[in-house]
Amino acid sequence: MGLRVENLRVYYRTLRGYVRALEGVTFSVADGEIMGLAGESGCGKTTLGHSLIYLKPPMNYIEGQVFLDGQEVPIWDMKRMNEFRFRRISVIPQYAMNALNPTRKIGQLIADLLAAHGVDFKEILPELKRRLDLVQLSHEVLNMYPIELSGGMRQRAVMVISTLLNPSLLIADEITSALDVSTQKAVCEMIVEFRNRGFVRSTIFITHDISILYQIADTIAVMYAGQMAEKAPTEAILRSPRHPYTRMLIASLPQVGVRYREERLRGIPGAPPRLLDPPPGCRFQGRCPVAFERCVETPPFVEVEPGHFVACWREI
Amino acid sequence: MGRYLGQKLLIYSLTFFFAVTIDWLIPRLMPGNPVDTLVSRMALRADVAAILRSYYLQAFQLDLPLWQQYLNFWGALLRGDLGVSIWLFPQPVLKLILDAVPYDLFLLLPAVILSWIAGNQVGAMAARVRWLDNSILPLGYILTATPYMWLALILAWSLGQVAGLFPIAGAYSFGIRPHLSWMFIKDLLWHWFLPFASLFLVMFGGWAIGMRNMIIYELEADYSRYLESLGAPPRLIRKYAFRNAMLPQITGLALQLGTIVAGAVATEIVFAYPGTGYLILQAVLNQDYFLLQGCFLFIITGVLIANFIIDIIYALVDPRIRTGMTGA
Repeated sequence: MGLRVENLRVYYRTLRGYVRALEGVTFSVADGEIMGLAGESGCGKTTLGHSLIYLKPPMNYIEGQVFLDGQEVPIWDMKRMNEFRFRRISVIPQYAMNALNPTRKIGQLIADLLAAHGVDFKEILPELKRRLDLVQLSHEVLNMYPIELSGGMRQRAVMVISTLLNPSLLIADEITSALDVSTQKAVCEMIVEFRNRGFVRSTIFITHDISILYQIADTIAVMYAGQMAEKAPTEAILRSPRHPYTRMLIASLPQVGVRYREERLRGIPGAPPRLLDPPPGCRFQGRCPVAFERCVETPPFVEVEPGHFVACWREI
Repeated sequence: MGRYLGQKLLIYSLTFFFAVTIDWLIPRLMPGNPVDTLVSRMALRADVAAILRSYYLQAFQLDLPLWQQYLNFWGALLRGDLGVSIWLFPQPVLKLILDAVPYDLFLLLPAVILSWIAGNQVGAMAARVRWLDNSILPLGYILTATPYMWLALILAWSLGQVAGLFPIAGAYSFGIRPHLSWMFIKDLLWHWFLPFASLFLVMFGGWAIGMRNMIIYELEADYSRYLESLGAPPRLIRKYAFRNAMLPQITGLALQLGTIVAGAVATEIVFAYPGTGYLILQAVLNQDYFLLQGCFLFIITGVLIANFIIDIIYALVDPRIRTGMTGA
């Protein structure tokens, strides 16, 4: 069943008006799927991740529906969401290294958190220890304060905590951004391992690093300025992208074997629109080399091939 | 832990040495001479006064060169001898101070501790209840910005002078001698209330604001957000935030407790309350070197001991400091 998001609109309320951070986002993530969510800074990927679990002011829910395993998720209701949080939807936050209370031992923290969800710490302890082994943390960490762990160890501890109750959906928000490449690889392997062992069913892996997604993601969704641009299996996104933004994004990745002293690395000219008062229609039209009259209307996010969705008038 | 405490002890000993040296020096930098004051109070004939003057100078050893006085001072100090007061000649300084200190403790210990407890609780509540925040915050800022002396005067004037509910001077009525009876205790508390209230209110404002700001900061911290996104109940998050917000408040409390032997100078003067603060005022007015030195010595010792204790408590409460000092 997995996750289905329909026409989700979430705005930030600011003094100068609404910032339209998510504008009619529609997509689904299948059971066992690791969906990479890519896009440049400010395109709304973290806002999307947050709104699925922790939609708090200044974020404002405008409209849209979210279904998890066929059941509607009340993302607009902070209180009712507590039934879903941790048990069914969980998150590894961007700030995972600082996510633990500095004055509480990690074991006690886990016990407190589990007690709040009516789960007995002693019962789950053997499983917890197995998972610590899996991420190569000694059982000692349960008796330690976060300060006694390195940043990488803290992050692994948070990964174990967040997935302890086998959630249906895990949101991994920029978890590799602050890591060196070898740790990045280890973290990515753990995410895949968690999925393979059934600790989590579906995963949304938010990052701006497409090369990482190539290694772990089953599908990649590309966002642009608060809208879904394209979603397709990883190979399709990298080999045959359909949306002009995705094409230019992929083309601007450095390639092995090319000497960039002779050939300059290409970027995408221009800048994303201001989300306070974005132009009507496709938000990429201002930078798009193939834009035409139709682009002032918002393009629908349609399936052009099985599993390949694009929001572009040229591709329909 | 042992090495850490040893290091701290060394630093505190050095601080003590320099503080005491300054303490000895400061009264001697005042213009004038205590013996002149003492002799002039006796209203003697000029020739007798001159003889008495030289006698007292010798008795107080004020005729010796400064370095000699300084060494003698340390020698006497190490024997526990704080000298004789000039203002209340010939009472020993130590006795005067020991007589005054119970009043300081009686006045300040409840004021500091009760305002700390109440301020922390109310501040923590204000951090999450909007109407409380809107009323406590401005009130707290007004209270904490109020000079002790000014609030004391207002209370003395309104509740003491105009309403006549409370006495405005002394620690007990002039007609009674201190003894153990209900009448005396009632009288003591009746006199104690206004100075206590003036101190309590000002301190309360400071604690409440400090706690409110710390709690808000902690509730915005990453660990609070993580717990919230994992559906932890607000009670748990507040519990964590409260404990972490307490750390700076504990330091503040310890520093306050360290200074209570100094009394509350302004308050004690307004209400003529016979604590150390009142002694300090009299010592300055009468150029009483020895009494002034003695009072300051008590303050220095109090502050240092309080700081030392807080170093230990902090290490027990905060694992970050504990790890730091065991070198793990």
